[in-house]
Amino acid sequence: MLQINNLYVRVGTREILKGLTLAVKAGEVAAIMGPNGAGKSTLSYAIAGREGYEVTQGEVLLDGENILGLEPHERAAKGIFLAFQYPVEIPGVATMTFLKAAMNAQRRARGEDELQTPDFMKRVRDAAGKLGVSQDMLRRPLNCGFSGGEKKRMEALQMALLAPRLGILDETDSGLDIDALRVVSEGVNALRSKDRAFLVITHYQRLLDYIKPDTVHVMADGRIMRSGGPQLALELEERGYRDYLGGEAA
Amino acid sequence: MIDAASRHRSAADATLADLFAQRRSDGAADLRARAWEAFSREGLPNRRVESWRYTDLRAALLDVKPPRPRGGSYVELADDRLRIALTASEFAAHPAALAAAPDGVTISSLREELAMRNPRVLAALAPACDDPVVALNAALMQDGAVAQIAPGAKIDRPIEICVLPLSEESSFTRSLVLLGAGAQATIVESYGVGALGAQGNHALVFDIGAGAKLDHVMNAASASADSVRVISLLTTLGAGASLNSFCLIRGGGLLRRQIFARLEGEGNEAVFSGATLLRGDDHADTSLTIEHAAPGGKSRERFRTIVDGRATGVFQGKVVVRPGARKTDGAMQSKALLLSPSATMNNKPELEIYADDVACGHGATTGRLDSDLLFYLESRGIPPMEAEALLIEGFAGEAFESVADEALRDELSRGVSAWLALRTLER
Repeated sequence: MLQINNLYVRVGTREILKGLTLAVKAGEVAAIMGPNGAGKSTLSYAIAGREGYEVTQGEVLLDGENILGLEPHERAAKGIFLAFQYPVEIPGVATMTFLKAAMNAQRRARGEDELQTPDFMKRVRDAAGKLGVSQDMLRRPLNCGFSGGEKKRMEALQMALLAPRLGILDETDSGLDIDALRVVSEGVNALRSKDRAFLVITHYQRLLDYIKPDTVHVMADGRIMRSGGPQLALELEERGYRDYLGGEAA
Repeated sequence: MIDAASRHRSAADATLADLFAQRRSDGAADLRARAWEAFSREGLPNRRVESWRYTDLRAALLDVKPPRPRGGSYVELADDRLRIALTASEFAAHPAALAAAPDGVTISSLREELAMRNPRVLAALAPACDDPVVALNAALMQDGAVAQIAPGAKIDRPIEICVLPLSEESSFTRSLVLLGAGAQATIVESYGVGALGAQGNHALVFDIGAGAKLDHVMNAASASADSVRVISLLTTLGAGASLNSFCLIRGGGLLRRQIFARLEGEGNEAVFSGATLLRGDDHADTSLTIEHAAPGGKSRERFRTIVDGRATGVFQGKVVVRPGARKTDGAMQSKALLLSPSATMNNKPELEIYADDVACGHGATTGRLDSDLLFYLESRGIPPMEAEALLIEGFAGEAFESVADEALRDELSRGVSAWLALRTLER
């Protein structure tokens, strides 16, 4: 479903991704693990289409279509969802207004009818209940005054409502206590299906205790250095990333 | 006109002098004469007048259009409110409509009140104010609405004073709201979509009695690029009174919003907030003077200005704490959002404190749309223009959180949405 070929990405004058190649099949949960500075977040932003992440070479194919020419909102409508490591607070923008705008924009882009309010409300209530997102959180401006855990639940809620083809979780475990980690992971696990894939980006093995990956890829210095099954994550937990840090052993 | 001004007498000065000659005996002759004298000392303000340093009214009004006498003002009970519609000149309400006013409210025309020399109206109509344009308004006022609300009356239904659009003419309205002690009311002040060449000088005066509570919303629709409008609010608050005043300005030509508030009695509270949306070559100036003259007063000012295109926004806010106004609590905030590289904002908050034991502060910021927030919204599938619109609405919306009436708040939201829709269309 996702095929990344020989991807080079520059941020400013720095080359961060240096010929990254990766394939993720439909139904697969792929973990991307790597040390700080490996380019993990750059990979997620490059797939989502963030300005300033300049692709100088290579391609990113979603279901065979190169998405690199698309704007971020067009990629979202094609089914790409990025759960942010640090979700932003947006004062003055009501959470419900935002959720409805996002869902309906994607529906319009796909030629579907917009959701009517009662249907929309029901979907939000159902999904929020499962993820422990309170009514109070839904009433506040987006992410404003939320704890780290609440922000990640809100990301999981958005992912559930937008039902993407490819979910990218960028360091979702950072800033989460065990309870929040469990709730968010259950949310992700509930979305696993045969025609949806996940890219789970993490520094630590801990998240993978809750979201069991099918494949594990070790990323360092802007490339995938090694790929394997779930046991690779355990090995990394044991040995750390020193094997992948070139000359300067950590 | 006296000598100092005659040295640079312009066509506009000549027209204004002619208008004064026609109106000088048109009721409240003393008041008009004093006001004309105050105005003619310097004439129309230019940037050399400190309080007008960002808005050159003299240059914008090289040519003053004569008012066009015509009738057509009326009072109606509309939807959820009592609406008083003013055309440029005379306000002549139908007796049956006037009778429809809720108990405790008396509506009359300023012209009638002046003709009858109503002492209460004359005493309250022109609170001290050294602004030349307010003085000009007093000298040349044609007509306006007078709403008297009986002490203790609680009026649920908003009273709207609606100034109908003008075209190729000047207009000088002055309206007065006398809110008796302990009374409560909501006043809506609206200015219709301006036609070509409108020149408006409008004043609204609030006299808020002790312990009374007034909610006020001003809503100025956009006007044509050649319109010039000065819309002034003059208010005095008695002891323990409260005023919550909001204004929405949607650009169009030159608009100056002026607020002169004097907190006279002890322990009163005034909240002023506003959102201004500007595009094209709009120029809008919001200038406030809040004067704490008694102990224990509280004032809050929260303004948002959104500037697109080549437009210019101005915020000048001055909080003055007079000697003896101990325990004054004041906080003023002005935030501007620039949407284009050629947009300009001038932000000038000021404090003048002559009393001890006072807590006053102010803050002013000017920024652009945050690219992190835009990317977040776009990554959820929201197209860029819609993402910008959400952020702009959110920014403006922060200012009207203080509007208590939900229907009015919705009306303001729709005003912002309409402005944004136009902006999107023109992209």
